[in-house]
Amino acid sequence: MRRIAILLAFLIAAPVAGQETTRQADPAQEEFPIMSFPSPESTRGEPPERPHESAEQVVAGISSDAVSITTSFDGSEIIIFGAVRRETPIPMTGPLNVIVTVEGPSRSVTVRRKQRKLGIWVNTESVVVGAAPSFYSVASTGTLGLILDEDEDARYRISIPTAMRAFARPVDVEDPVDFTEAMIVSRIADGTYRLKQNAVRLVEDTLFRADFRLPANLVEGSYKTRIFLVRQGRVIDSYSAPLEVRKVGLERWLYRLAFDRPFAYGLMSLLIAAFAGWGASAAFRALQRN
Amino acid sequence: MQIYLPIAEVAVNAFTLIGLGGIVGLMSGMFGVGGGFLITPLLFFIGIPPAIAVATGANQVVASSVSGVLGHVKRRTVDFRMGLVLLVGGLIGSALGVLVFNLLQRIGQVELVVQLSYVVMLGIVGSMMFLESLRALRRTRSGVRTKRKQHGWIHALPFRVKFRTSGLYLSVIPPLVVGMLVGVLSAMMGVGGGFIMVPAMIYLLGMPTKVVIGTSLFQITFVTAFTTLMHAISYNTVDVMLAVLLIVGGVTGAQIGTHLGSRLRAEQLRILLAIVVLAVCVKLALDLFLRPENLYSLTPGIV
Repeated sequence: MRRIAILLAFLIAAPVAGQETTRQADPAQEEFPIMSFPSPESTRGEPPERPHESAEQVVAGISSDAVSITTSFDGSEIIIFGAVRRETPIPMTGPLNVIVTVEGPSRSVTVRRKQRKLGIWVNTESVVVGAAPSFYSVASTGTLGLILDEDEDARYRISIPTAMRAFARPVDVEDPVDFTEAMIVSRIADGTYRLKQNAVRLVEDTLFRADFRLPANLVEGSYKTRIFLVRQGRVIDSYSAPLEVRKVGLERWLYRLAFDRPFAYGLMSLLIAAFAGWGASAAFRALQRN
Repeated sequence: MQIYLPIAEVAVNAFTLIGLGGIVGLMSGMFGVGGGFLITPLLFFIGIPPAIAVATGANQVVASSVSGVLGHVKRRTVDFRMGLVLLVGGLIGSALGVLVFNLLQRIGQVELVVQLSYVVMLGIVGSMMFLESLRALRRTRSGVRTKRKQHGWIHALPFRVKFRTSGLYLSVIPPLVVGMLVGVLSAMMGVGGGFIMVPAMIYLLGMPTKVVIGTSLFQITFVTAFTTLMHAISYNTVDVMLAVLLIVGGVTGAQIGTHLGSRLRAEQLRILLAIVVLAVCVKLALDLFLRPENLYSLTPGIV
């Protein structure tokens, strides 16, 4: 059932992802109130117009462009590194800051709230978030609130609260912000969303490096890494690169089998169980005879 | 050693799972129950999503009941005709149970209903077993044996059939209904239902105790197999990696448990099992009645 929900999430996330590239607003999303979050039409990652006139540009690399989930997968380390390219001397207009983000594929999520009914705690109200990254990590050279202007944050969707996108259906609760905040709090608590200020090392205003730890409970999909150069609160250049996370080997085979040929998968699970049961009793009988 | 579960999409410690399977197997071997009623809540505790815990729990029960039923077939303590009638009821019930489960999942109450069912079932079964074995202990001390009560109305129902192995001439309706109830439970809670069926077969149908365990295991094997298949096909919630780890621990534990069980007295065993059942029940009940640490919960997808 959860699989179905995730499949559904894929179907729903797909048009949202398409929306990013076509930069068109989904008319259905304008029908219901969107709260103080940045408008869902605004793009993520690629800025609306790349500031070409900038004298400083980012050149970057990533330690690996793919993460494989194997049976013994226990999280993964990735390093995002790079340099600032300049044709002119370093500008004297305030310090240079670097922000690096890693973002997992967006999926929809239902946030439910429990209330006490007849003495027991029951799920009552719910809010459906149309698309929220399944993983989001931000690292920066300084305190995010100080180095980045709020409107720039909203425009590029950098800080964690801006990561959430629109609601998937009309909101029928009085306090939807409580729900989305609860979602963010719970995802920060379980390590799905992370903010690591002062975690990007910047050497001589030129070379930078950020280390990310991807957790063990990663979902599969196309991840996105972004790098922003920030001066005086404004983004002066940005860079984006994909990072593929794929189940491989046995994990991939089982997952595909479970979804593509569920009958065969179910039969296989049963045969394994039956064989194990038979094997154990046969083995034990053999043991007793000796 | 961490193992990434392909369907549950969480990484868990393999030894925790094998140990968990082992403990449950040990109990199932000692007490002659499938162990599903323990494995599913234990999986909840270690953070496996409820839907996957229920479906995979059913798969694990298949392994332990196959292991048990083979021994009983050898000893000719399986009433196949009775088993088939129970099975037909069980399959109908199981299909119904999967439907209800799906419905509850959509309205977001699956966790609540499964937990509530567990609290109620474990509470009733645990306290009944506790009282019954206390009484039995007292009885063996005083040396008085009471006769099993016969229910007259059960024998007045139509469609009567001969069940030779059990030595019964009985309507098919009561076993059908018992089978169906067990099927619903099996699909909704990931349990075999032995802990309901065994008392029902003894006290309601009046079957001789020596064929009860084997016949119940025969029925459970097929109903849980069907449930596993239904969950796998409809909702892709069976995690075979998780199942294999549980089964490895489970079948080993079951054999050790059978060995240990033969050294303890039946009444003592039942009191021990009753205490375990009641402990699980209390833990689940506390989760329902105490204010949760986090009022909000996240479910992937739009449901």
